[in-house]
Amino acid sequence: MRVGTSGLQLNEKLIFEHSDPGRRGYSLPALDVRVATLPPELVRTEVPGFPEVSEVDVVRHFTRLSTWNYGVDSGFYPLGSCTMKYNPKVNETAARIPGLAGCHPYTPETLSQGALGLMYGLQTALAEISGFSAVTLQPAAGAHGELAGMLMIRAWHEAKGNKRRKVLIPDTAHGTNPATAALCGYDVVPIASGGSGVLTAETVASFMNDDVAALMVTNPNTLGLFESDIVKICDIVHAGGGLVYCDGANLNALMGIARPGDLGIDAMHFNLHKTFATPHGGGGPGSGPVGVAEKLIPYLPKPMVVKNDQGYGLDFDRPQSIGRLRSFYGNFGIMVRAWAYILTMGGSGLKQASEMAVLNANYIRARLEPVYNLPHKHRSLHEVVFNDANLANDCHTLDVAKRLIDYGYHPPTIYFPLVVKGAIMIEPTETESMETLDEFCDAMLAIARESQENPDLLHAAPTITRVQRLDETAAARQPCLCWNPADFV
Amino acid sequence: MEFPEELKYTEEHEWVMIEDDIVTVGITDFAQDSLGDVVFVELPEVGAMLEAGKSFGVVESVKAVSDVYSPVSGEVVEINEDLPDTPELINTSAYEDGWMIKIRLSDTAELDDLLDADAYQAFVDEQG
Repeated sequence: MRVGTSGLQLNEKLIFEHSDPGRRGYSLPALDVRVATLPPELVRTEVPGFPEVSEVDVVRHFTRLSTWNYGVDSGFYPLGSCTMKYNPKVNETAARIPGLAGCHPYTPETLSQGALGLMYGLQTALAEISGFSAVTLQPAAGAHGELAGMLMIRAWHEAKGNKRRKVLIPDTAHGTNPATAALCGYDVVPIASGGSGVLTAETVASFMNDDVAALMVTNPNTLGLFESDIVKICDIVHAGGGLVYCDGANLNALMGIARPGDLGIDAMHFNLHKTFATPHGGGGPGSGPVGVAEKLIPYLPKPMVVKNDQGYGLDFDRPQSIGRLRSFYGNFGIMVRAWAYILTMGGSGLKQASEMAVLNANYIRARLEPVYNLPHKHRSLHEVVFNDANLANDCHTLDVAKRLIDYGYHPPTIYFPLVVKGAIMIEPTETESMETLDEFCDAMLAIARESQENPDLLHAAPTITRVQRLDETAAARQPCLCWNPADFV
Repeated sequence: MEFPEELKYTEEHEWVMIEDDIVTVGITDFAQDSLGDVVFVELPEVGAMLEAGKSFGVVESVKAVSDVYSPVSGEVVEINEDLPDTPELINTSAYEDGWMIKIRLSDTAELDDLLDADAYQAFVDEQG
């Protein structure tokens, strides 16, 4: 059965266009108290453009818009490197427990022991999963976690009087890594990973010198390959006086199998919205806790959640801390969901999740490899990167992605990583059944056949969607971002 | 794909036109074709000092964002003012209207490191 089908799609105007003067979504009883007097200059009689709508207008408006959406709750979402795993609903139930949902950030420590205990439990569990000595939960998302990690690495160097200026970053790292290094004031030195797609100890050694503050790696890297030289690489960087930062975005391949802290990594961020099944993208917010090795503990952001004789508390007395990174203590509601996930999965469940994520990606690899070109043949883990080199008739990666929409799937990540020309990066995650994987692979194989027999189907796709192929170039060159009532008269 | 004989090239896919001590720099036909439709270009300021091999600007297409690397060291003496508003010039005229910056060379020896058209063609063929 094909997942993508056609059906009745309801059009919907902008909420502003529903507006009808005087229409209201509420009715209030007659005023039975004295009218408050305000200085006239503070009173607005009208808010220009404010939509005047009824309750049913609003409900239908947003319900219809929601039906145009595609999310992990509607279908398979194999967006590589994003780990779009299903978000179990029990996590949502936990996040809505009134004592947690309504906990005010200014609640005194004595009255928020449950919330603080939860944060302590989560940071302790993350430390155990990753092999780090301590974890901060403050950063609001992955890139923010990278910033926290690199600021700590910089603070460590500064405390030792080191004036190192360079950060080494392989071309298979996440795109945010160079941005983070630059934001921390470092010069980025890109390292080519070479034909194998894996960074070698020899390559790192040839770049290492006393001006290098750190190496930033993503492991498994963006080709889905495990950096098998990582222990030697960490030794080389440490021997040269530098530190190693790991982008933990791909931790979903490693839980219960390898611990980055044990491999010699000094700091790593977690993406709770990837690995720990909290909502990703527009459904976020994200959360990017950072784990560090012993030597970086003094520099962790403050406050830290600590356990003491009185229970749990917040430690502000951290003179070498890089300071506060986020208002209050981070995205607490996301921490609740991640903690619920870890508790419901348990240690063996998390390990099984990683094993199934790797198995699922390799199942897709095995089914598609005979037809789609696989530029890097090394054994891959939780994601697999194909490209369009085998496709004929002027069919390219973008066309495959667009055609997949017609089949009912969110397209995988395309044109990333940059080291693969025309990359198609597929990460199925552990939450998909074999039936779903088979349906997706059948669709991919059908698209490859279509590219031979009827390439126009790919070039015109998507065709059964509410809007057909968009002019992405015009949208980027001449974006029209503001609704102006005058345009709709 | 065209690689004019009179230009020099880099392995980062920039082209270089040399006129005395002023070099004009842009990205090659291969680069623009790989990137696809260019939608945004970021250039340095006139007067900026560039170092050979270091990024001097950014080209963004619907597919990807790429740094552009300076083939030589020197001072930026002119930038293509038309590019920010009409980045498509890089696609439609990579070697002429799509030029990016002009640099006053500080070390002519760096020109020896550049590839000629044949060597660049061979490099591109090797890249597949």
